Amino acid sequence: MTHWSLPSKIGFYVLLLAIAVFALFPFYYAIVSSFKSGAELFTVDLLPSWNFENYFAVFREQPFARNILNSIIVATVVVAISLCLAVTASFALARVNFRGRGLLLLTVLSVSMFPQVAVLSGMFELIRGLGLYNSLGGLMLANLILTLPFTVWVLTTFMRQLPKELEEAAYVDGATPLEIVTKVFLPVLWPALVTTGLLAFIAAWNEFLFALTFTLSNEMRTVPVAIALITGGSQYELPWGNIMAASVIVTVPLIILVLIFQRKIIGGLTAGAVKG
Amino acid sequence: MAQGDVASTGVKRPPVPAGQAGAGRPPKAAATRRSGGSELTRAKIRSAVLFLLPMMIVLALVAGWPLGRTIYFAFTNATLNDINNYEFIGFDNFYNSEWGGLLKDPQWWNAVWNTIWFATISVTLETVLGLIVALALNMRFPGRGIVRAAVLIPWAIPTIVSAQMWGWMLHDQFGVINAMLLGIGIISQPIAWTANPDTAMLAVVMVDVWKTTPFMALLILAGLQMLPSDCYESARVDGIAPWKVFFRVTLPLVYPAIAVAVIFRALDALRIFDLIYVLTSNSADTMSMSVYARQQLVDFQDVGYGSAASTALFLIIALLTVVYIIAGKVDLSGEKS
Repeated sequence: MTHWSLPSKIGFYVLLLAIAVFALFPFYYAIVSSFKSGAELFTVDLLPSWNFENYFAVFREQPFARNILNSIIVATVVVAISLCLAVTASFALARVNFRGRGLLLLTVLSVSMFPQVAVLSGMFELIRGLGLYNSLGGLMLANLILTLPFTVWVLTTFMRQLPKELEEAAYVDGATPLEIVTKVFLPVLWPALVTTGLLAFIAAWNEFLFALTFTLSNEMRTVPVAIALITGGSQYELPWGNIMAASVIVTVPLIILVLIFQRKIIGGLTAGAVKG
Repeated sequence: MAQGDVASTGVKRPPVPAGQAGAGRPPKAAATRRSGGSELTRAKIRSAVLFLLPMMIVLALVAGWPLGRTIYFAFTNATLNDINNYEFIGFDNFYNSEWGGLLKDPQWWNAVWNTIWFATISVTLETVLGLIVALALNMRFPGRGIVRAAVLIPWAIPTIVSAQMWGWMLHDQFGVINAMLLGIGIISQPIAWTANPDTAMLAVVMVDVWKTTPFMALLILAGLQMLPSDCYESARVDGIAPWKVFFRVTLPLVYPAIAVAVIFRALDALRIFDLIYVLTSNSADTMSMSVYARQQLVDFQDVGYGSAASTALFLIIALLTVVYIIAGKVDLSGEKS
């Protein structure tokens, strides 16, 4: 940029400023709104006051703490199962040559791409048949369809990038494939596991369609459904202050995680989508 | 995937006899079918099967089985309150002479049209804006890390939360967007963004563009950063106009990354549910195919008909994907690179 003229430099910084404002303003406005209550909400104001009433109200008026706990349990279990299954599967897909490997990879990819609603009625029947309707177990089962193909796909990409010498030396020493996965690959791979796990966690945390369809009671809802279904005293009046407070509560931890793992997340997303 | 397929395979990689690893590749003829391959290669393939089996069983249970059942239900008259009691009715859910079926339902075609319109407009906007953001972030400037972090934030916000946030910003009476537009005098009275048929889809597109442009930008940025810098150096030395460099060098080189990003986004856009459901509820003006299918299935309890809609959506998406991959020569598996 050093050789740019002054007007293009100014233009460039205006563009950057526009990008930043466009990206940040809606969430900033949600924070500002979350601190307003009553009549204040109905005046547009761009600076926050510090009134935490909405934050208390969210927990008082509905089982929001329970909803958060539900989301944490479901997402954690689903991610743990997905990672366990994906580590060995991705080793086989990335490091062993067998016929049909490309087809299997494409199958895994297509599962991660097909519309959730296409499995809705079959999944409903399965969950009911297993007696898991309106339970966290049912949501865990359903969410595996989101996280498992994704983790397998991304870990396969990561595993492919590791040097051949890594396993060859171990094979020469007489290690079995399982030992190679657990003792050679796992130690080198844990940063990739953290990234993949985090991305899968976000996916499971945000899942809405299954959680909306397979739960019935307030207590079993996960956070996205709880936020979508917050209602006010009358059907004509939505408690926007509460909704904004709940939104801020569930988003701030995610944003902190994303900012901490920023570089790794970009790497993981790219590994999942683009192979250059 | 059949197990036998894996077990009886010819091995691509030549066997490496113990002690000779790295000492050059043995001739390919050594790997003959079935009998060929060292003990190690066969052990590797055996364990690969074992390694893949748990994943494949779970995937078959949570994806294969429900998908198969959904397609099966599409040919029945099952209902939600008694899902175990139904009759096989053939193609009646799709087309019949009595009440028409899916293919004659104007609501369904409205949903198909909405979805395709939404996907086309929003993915196009996201690609163009994402490319601009990616090009900007690809420059060296002080504070680049901060801007890149800021761009990631909309991506990190759950869809439901963005839908509610924008629902509030677009509120007809108290929304900040109307206040701003009134303030600078672009509009003379507040617009009911999400309730008005003319603007509801626009609102949905706006929120989607806000939420997913960052994703697009980051994928394209990753592609940009892999481009060789030497051809830019020589282009600059030769004094070639920047826009020429962009269209002749950058765009062709970054095309594969954009092509893959576009298909990921397009598949996401075609199955859109959360954003529309929360922002505009079950309104027919913005109803997508997913919203339509779920409404039939859950709200109207009609599992058979809803499954028919789900199956149709699945087929449309599968068809578009295959056409796109073949027409765009997209290398999805990354095996060729």
